[in-house]
Parts: sequence; structure tokens; C-alpha cells
Amino acid sequence: MSWRYPRFAARLAAGLLFAAGMTTAFAADPIKIGFGMSLTGPLAGNGKAALLAMEIWREDTNAKGGLLGRQVQFVYYDDQTNPSTVPGIYNKLLDIDKVDLIMSGYGTNVIAPTIPIAMRKNMVLMSLFGTDANAKFKYDRYFQIMPNGPDPSLGLVDGYFDVAAAMKPKAQTVALVGADAEYPHAALEGARRSVKNHGMKIVYDKTYPPNTTDCAPVIRAIQATNPDVVFVASYPPDSACIVRAANEVGLKTRQFGGAMIGLGYAAMKQQLGPLLNGMTSWELYVPEPTIKFPFIAEFLKKYQPRAAADKLDALGFYLPPYAYAQMQIIGEAIQKAGSLDQGKIAQYIHANKFSTVVGDVNFAANGEWATGRPLYVQYRGIKGNDLDQWRQPGKAVVVWPASLKSGEHKYPYHENRN
Amino acid sequence: MEISADLLLNALVSGLLLAGFYAAVSVGVSISFGMLDVVNIAHPAFIVLGSYIAFFANQLVGADPIVTAFVLSPAFFLLGRIMYRIYYYSFEQRGQESLRGLAFFFGILFITEVGLILAFGVDYRMVNTGYSAITWRIGFLDLPLRLVIPFTVSLAMMLGLHYYLSRTFFGRSVLAVAQDPLALQLMGVNPRRVKELAFALSIATAGVAGAFLIVIQPVQPSLGRVYIGLVFAITVLGGMGSIAGAMVGAAILGIAESFTATFFGPSWSPAVSFGLLLAALAFKPSGLLGR
Repeated sequence: MSWRYPRFAARLAAGLLFAAGMTTAFAADPIKIGFGMSLTGPLAGNGKAALLAMEIWREDTNAKGGLLGRQVQFVYYDDQTNPSTVPGIYNKLLDIDKVDLIMSGYGTNVIAPTIPIAMRKNMVLMSLFGTDANAKFKYDRYFQIMPNGPDPSLGLVDGYFDVAAAMKPKAQTVALVGADAEYPHAALEGARRSVKNHGMKIVYDKTYPPNTTDCAPVIRAIQATNPDVVFVASYPPDSACIVRAANEVGLKTRQFGGAMIGLGYAAMKQQLGPLLNGMTSWELYVPEPTIKFPFIAEFLKKYQPRAAADKLDALGFYLPPYAYAQMQIIGEAIQKAGSLDQGKIAQYIHANKFSTVVGDVNFAANGEWATGRPLYVQYRGIKGNDLDQWRQPGKAVVVWPASLKSGEHKYPYHENRN
Repeated sequence: MEISADLLLNALVSGLLLAGFYAAVSVGVSISFGMLDVVNIAHPAFIVLGSYIAFFANQLVGADPIVTAFVLSPAFFLLGRIMYRIYYYSFEQRGQESLRGLAFFFGILFITEVGLILAFGVDYRMVNTGYSAITWRIGFLDLPLRLVIPFTVSLAMMLGLHYYLSRTFFGRSVLAVAQDPLALQLMGVNPRRVKELAFALSIATAGVAGAFLIVIQPVQPSLGRVYIGLVFAITVLGGMGSIAGAMVGAAILGIAESFTATFFGPSWSPAVSFGLLLAALAFKPSGLLGR
């Protein structure tokens, strides 16, 4: 036998081992999902809660073997709730970190600058609570998990004015007020259309700087117009400012509230407590007997202990279930599409209905929910600052939509305040 | 909009109550920047630190935030002394205070913010005191105690500081060190020590202002950045180094903000406030009560 035979065999064995190793390495590569998230800044409380919900999904998914036989890994950076950080973050995610998929950060302000980047790279963009962010872009791979319906800025607010129109006598005059920022501007634009559709008249329509310290002058100016209805579109610190000012000024109106971000947070509910009584506000989930999301209890059981340990939103009724649901949708789309091809994923999401922790979800052509499902609730009977009372039914009574109503709307607001 | 008497008077009162808070948050910068030429851009971060300490004491033992702030003001004073010593030996002594000193305080701002995030998380924090939900009504005037009490305490603090800095030997030393440190040294007073103690005093006021802040509104760690522009604007408007000027500047901005929000629309408030600042500086570049 030639002495070359063992050398050849050794080379062949080495080559086979190398190829096996390479194949194993490729199969073991995780699927990287990249995003910015508000980990600091004004919306960080919600951003971190959303991140926890997404991590729970990732752990659940990886425990079942991941997606396409690969584990899921997140690559994320703090966008500081600052839209100017978004281009840098997403360019890094796509060009340097080479993520396979991107998700948006939280909120209209940071979603809007993400869309052009997603469009340039033809990426699917599942977004977390943007109000009408895609209206001008009309990007066909954009999806949105906030349940506002196909016309989001109208869908978000229409229920509030349906409640107002059902009062006897019907409300005639409306005051609109909101913060000078992307989301409130979109909500107020929807409110103007809804007021017109309901045949009401706007008697006050102004915005205020987002970090206004004292909202009493704003409330007094509104009171001077004597409106039947006051609609507010605000972010957390100004939501608290407006609620406190309304109580201090003794606002007298038949219906007060609106689409006020922050009132859904556990910390705000606890700290404002009885100041919320009588208000009619937008919520996404409340523990009323008419709200039956089949898997929500299971999710909250995992979320709540970890949130308490990490000093995050202790109830998790607002953003976390939807952050989890968006991952369920993306995960199912990847698995069923059988690849990370962005076109196939987008096609699957457009064509199918998803069963999630927040109920069934399917999307319209513009990426918004095909059928909206925001809730309008009235806060009642809140005593003191105990958080546990919010886990029971009866404190946030659903007054709209009719299909999920758990109680009648009580008015006027000022007689139901305390 | 019809200008009724109740709307007018309530706007004036709201503006004054707000001014009390604004004066408290800016008096520390009046001392550090106005008198000592130390551009302490981290001052609002110390205010937020004061808010969180007040919040923590309120949660732990139910302590009133403003009482907590005064009890802990010696600790803030000590912190201010340490901060100034580091600043002096690292930058001022070497003549590098202008740019590097500014960078130093920027660093302190971010370190403080991140420290608060790690210690307390990112959620908004508020306190509930016995007076948070009480509003006195005198005729058509609304006086929410959440603003009245900080205003009253702030006024007392400002008057006390004004008296201390204008009538006591130490106070006059602080004014002297701002005018001519060498002359002060020739009179046997150590300018560095005077500046150290004055800077410490400015940080002590930040702790008290922080208590006012958390009584008035929810606080989160990065809230300090919102007040950077305001505190320096009030200091400059009122006149560098003038406590009375800080009070006048705060009153002007507070009342302008309140009137604009009531009668013209709240989104105009910052434009009107800073327009007044520019107009005042155009006619009196040293500030309204500046020397």
C-alpha cells in the first residue's frame, strides 16, 4: 500500500469534519431580531415593561425549539424616547449587527422615523403603538399592534364621542386639548373628524408644551368655554398634570377624559387613585367580566411577578400584552412562511388571522387592525392609593363598545368625581 | 375669549405660585453660575436626586417631602463641598474650568441620571401628602396646596438667602469673591473656601427644590434636562448673582406662562417667556437686577 493512502484518508476525514462543523454552525446561528426601545426617557416605564413581555415571548419560543429550528436572539439599544436616535440605531442594527428582522420601538414618535429605513431595506416592520404613523408612507410591509382599526386616528377616539353622543341630551360642544407631540397631534386630528361626524361643535382646540408644570391655566381656559365634553390627548406626565388640575380647578363638564396615555399604567393608577373617579378614558385591557381574552391570564401570571421584581408596571394591563402579541404574530409568520424572506412574512401576516394573548388579530391592507377594538372605560369607586383594587372588576367599567360593555356611563363628570 | 375677573386673577395667582417653584429651582444656579462663575449644568440633576430622596423617605416612613429636604440639606451641602473640591483641584486651579469644567458637570448630570435609573427604575414617581389633593377656594380663587406650600416655603427660603448673602459677613464674602477674588484674598479671606461653601449652599437649595418638584408633578430620572434651559434663563433674566433678580425673573416667566396659557394658547408659552427674556436682555444686558 502506498504511504499516500493514509494521508489522503486523513485529508478526507478533516474535510468532512470541517463541513459538518460548518453546517452545525449555520444551523445553530440564532435568528436575530433587532429594535430600539425606550429604556430611558419619558416613556421608559412602558418601554421596559414591553421589553420584559418580549423577553418572555423569546424565552417561551426558545423553550419550544425556537423558530425554523433556530433560537431567537434580541439585539436592542436604548432609543431614549428620542426620535433623533432612531436612524443611527436601525442603521447599526441592519448594516453592522446584520439582524434578520426588525421591530419598532414604542410610540408614534420613534416609529415614524423607523419606517423610511424599513422601506429602504424592504424589511417587515411590526410596530408597537403608533397612531397613524404609516398614513403618509403607505408602506405595505408595515404592521401595527395597537387595536385602533383601519383608520387609526379616528378609530382611537370615535368611541369616546359615541359615548358623548349617547348622553341625554346629546352633547353639543367639545373642547379638545393635547400635548405638542406626534401622538397627541394624530389623536386630535382624529378627534376633530369624529366631532364633525357626530354633529358636535368644537369650542376650544389648543395644544400645550409637553412638560407643562401647571395645567390649571389650561383647564380654566377650557372651563371658560363651558363645553359639554372635554377630550384630552396626552402623555404620562401631562396626563397626571391635567387630572390634578381638573380636580383642583373643579372642572364642570358632562364628560371628561380621552385618549390619555399613562392612565393605563399601574404607577399612575396607584398614585392618582380617587382623582380618576368619573373620568372616561381609553384602555386596552381591564379585568371586567365582559373582557375575555383566552390567554391573557396565563401571560399575566408570568409577567406580573417579574415586573414586580424589576420595578416595572406591576399590573401589565396596558402595553405588555400587546408587546407579547406582536411577537406571537411575527413568530408564527416566520414559522409558517418557512423562511426569513421579508416578502413571504409580510404576505403571510396580511393573509391570516392570528390567535394571540389579546384575542384574534388580523390586519387591513394598510397594516392596521382590520377591526378596531379600543375600550372606553369610566373609573368609579376608587378609594385611596391601593393598587390591588385595580385587579378587581368594577373600578374601570367598560362603557364602549356596546359588545363589551360592563356598565352604563354615568354623567355629568363633576357629579361623579367623588 | 372674554377676559373675566376670575380668569384674570386666577391666571395671576397661578403664575405667582408657579414662580415660587421656578425661583427655588433656579436660585442654586444664581449662586453657582451668577456669583461663582461655575457653570453647573448638573444642577437640575441634583434637583431630581432631591426628588427621589424625598420620594424614598415618603414611601419608607411617610415623611413629608419638604421636611425631608430640610432635614437632609446638610447632606446635600456636604455633597456640594465634595463636588466643588473635585472641580477646583481638577479644573479651576489649572485654569481649565471653562470647557473641561463644563464637560465635568455634563458627566455628573448623566452619571446622576443613570444612578437614579439603576436605583429607582424608570417609572414616574409621585408622592401623596396630606395636602396634595386639597384646594383652598377663596371666592373664585383656587389655591391648590400642592402649589401653595412649595410657594410659601420657597419664598421663605429666597428671603432667607437674600438676607444671608447681603447682610452677613460670609454672604458679603460670596459677593466679593464674584467681584474680585484677589482683593478678597488680600483682605485675609480664602476665596476658594468661600466659593466651596457657596457652591455647597447652591446644591443644598437643589435638594429643597427637588422636594417641591415631586410634590408638584411626577418625576422620572431624566426630567432634569427639561429644566436646564429654564434655570439658566431665569438666572440671566434676573441678573447674574442676584437672588432678588432670580425671584423677579421667575415671577416674570411664571406669570407670562400662566397668562399665555389662559388667554392665547399654552403652546405659545415658551415663545412668550423666552421672547420676554430676549427683550429684557436687549434693554438691560446685565439682567433686570444685575450689577
